[in-house]
Amino acid sequence: MSRVGATLWLQPFMARPIALAGLGVLLVTVLAAAFAPWLAPFDPYAIDPMIRLTPPNAAHWFGTDQFGRDTLSRVIHSARMALLIGSGVVVFALATGVPIGVLSALFPRLGHLLMRMVDVLMAFPALLLALGLIVILGPSVANAILAIGVGYMTTTTRIVYGLTLRLRAETYVEASRSMGAGTVWLIGKHILPNLVSPLLVQASFVFAFAQLGAASLDFLGLGAPPEIPSWGNMLAESRTFITRAPWLLFFPGMMIVATAFSLNLVGDALRDRLDPRFRQVFGEKG
Amino acid sequence: MSGDVILDIRDLKVSFTARRAGRKRRVQAVDGVSLSLAEGEVLGIVGESGCGKTTVGRSIVGLARPDSGSVAFRGAEMIGAARSSLREMRLNVRMVFQDPYASLNPRRTIGDAVAEAGDINGFFKSRAERSAAIAATLTAVGLDPSFAARFPYELSGGQRQRVGIARAILPTPSIVIADEPVSALDVSVQAQVLNLMMDLREELRLSMLFISHDLAVIGQISSRVAVMYMGRIMEQAPTRTILDHPLHPYTISLMAAVPKPDPSKRILGAIETGEPPSQFNRPAGCVFAPRCPLASNRCRGDVPELRPVGDGRVVACHNI
Repeated sequence: MSRVGATLWLQPFMARPIALAGLGVLLVTVLAAAFAPWLAPFDPYAIDPMIRLTPPNAAHWFGTDQFGRDTLSRVIHSARMALLIGSGVVVFALATGVPIGVLSALFPRLGHLLMRMVDVLMAFPALLLALGLIVILGPSVANAILAIGVGYMTTTTRIVYGLTLRLRAETYVEASRSMGAGTVWLIGKHILPNLVSPLLVQASFVFAFAQLGAASLDFLGLGAPPEIPSWGNMLAESRTFITRAPWLLFFPGMMIVATAFSLNLVGDALRDRLDPRFRQVFGEKG
Repeated sequence: MSGDVILDIRDLKVSFTARRAGRKRRVQAVDGVSLSLAEGEVLGIVGESGCGKTTVGRSIVGLARPDSGSVAFRGAEMIGAARSSLREMRLNVRMVFQDPYASLNPRRTIGDAVAEAGDINGFFKSRAERSAAIAATLTAVGLDPSFAARFPYELSGGQRQRVGIARAILPTPSIVIADEPVSALDVSVQAQVLNLMMDLREELRLSMLFISHDLAVIGQISSRVAVMYMGRIMEQAPTRTILDHPLHPYTISLMAAVPKPDPSKRILGAIETGEPPSQFNRPAGCVFAPRCPLASNRCRGDVPELRPVGDGRVVACHNI
């Protein structure tokens, strides 16, 4: 059963080479983050003024920055920060959005109150909201996760709220209630299992947008401290050298684009896998 | 009528708030319905869509909140009772739903669906007992026990409805409320499912409230029939009495609407005219008066009460 399940999950990727490529890029990013100390050819913090701003060459494939640090090593180490921020934001958005959305849908009075508060937060552009929160909380990695997470909590809450409202009216939920089921039973056995697939898709998009958000904060100097390698920090530091050393911007910039784009491709493929109308295309009923 | 009254519904009133043209308005879905179900009996409720028959069933299992009235199971009031004291009633009064596609959670196995009432109420002592009960119940509804591990999408409509019935009989209840259990099925499958329900009723000594718009189906399974129209009972009598000799003009027109294989046996005469009036605009007297060929001024002013007319029949009509 699990083998069959695995092939079914891979099917949408197989049917679409570009989604498979996205999956590959993500896999490389995860491997880079996991094995950064072994993969990176140099210490990402090691300064060598003798070779500052060297263009890509045999020793330094991606060149060096204004302190003579190896750009390739820093790009590889940055994957750690990218995955940390991405997963942190996803966990935060789900951990807050799911309970708020589900409870709001099941308890209409509470829901009216909570959903109006969510509406207020949604009225702010996500980045503006994140900037405001960072100004209040002070810049740090944890605060960056929180600040970006609040923006995606609101969209997650909205999605969960809408889905739960629909699920609540399903006949099988009514059948369960008619047999004496309480709220905990309904949430655990009927609502959450039906939320898993749409949330999986939502998580992949949140992860992608969190990358962009984190890069923006880092670029503005409000994210991770500047000495920590992150793609956004690298862009921010090297922007003054854009004419003399364009490779300093090119490689981290490419990584931001590649991961965000890949996550969106994977999210699309997942959504198609989970949408019954597309399932038939892949030749299965479930 | 045989045996003691197991379910007693008195003067049930249920209304819903509907928003129309921006204004909130009350819809009186059930307007003073009284019914009693005897032990082992099958009582049919028949009426066109929107007449409130489903709402009566939903009120009994706690899915609709009545404004007033009483629903008593073996003498114990169910409306407004605490959830803890309702546990026994919820296990004893169970419902089979109309749509076999919507009534099963696509993410749960058939076994989980069948065992749900037991799981909710802590009925099973062990996993072995639970799987044995699921297997026995699936067998009882004519499905192979291996279905327990399957998911709803693997089943046909008829098989799903068998699962819906299995879910309603584990653990064995006293009363099953069947809300249009066969109307979503193909005619050939309808007969199989109806036969299954009749067999189970006998085997498990169930009392049944059978809600349907289909007089032919009702006539097959029920011993007594109540005819509902716009939230009220128009006529109630033993099945044979009402089918052979309907009295209320609405019952007559309902029966006239059933296609007959032999055209010479068509019922002519009292056939209603037009559509039922809007639920927002209920007639002051008899709710059927605007469509009734026999309506008099009295019908338009006074609400007719249900009164006995012999043969175990009650009718709400001024003209009988």
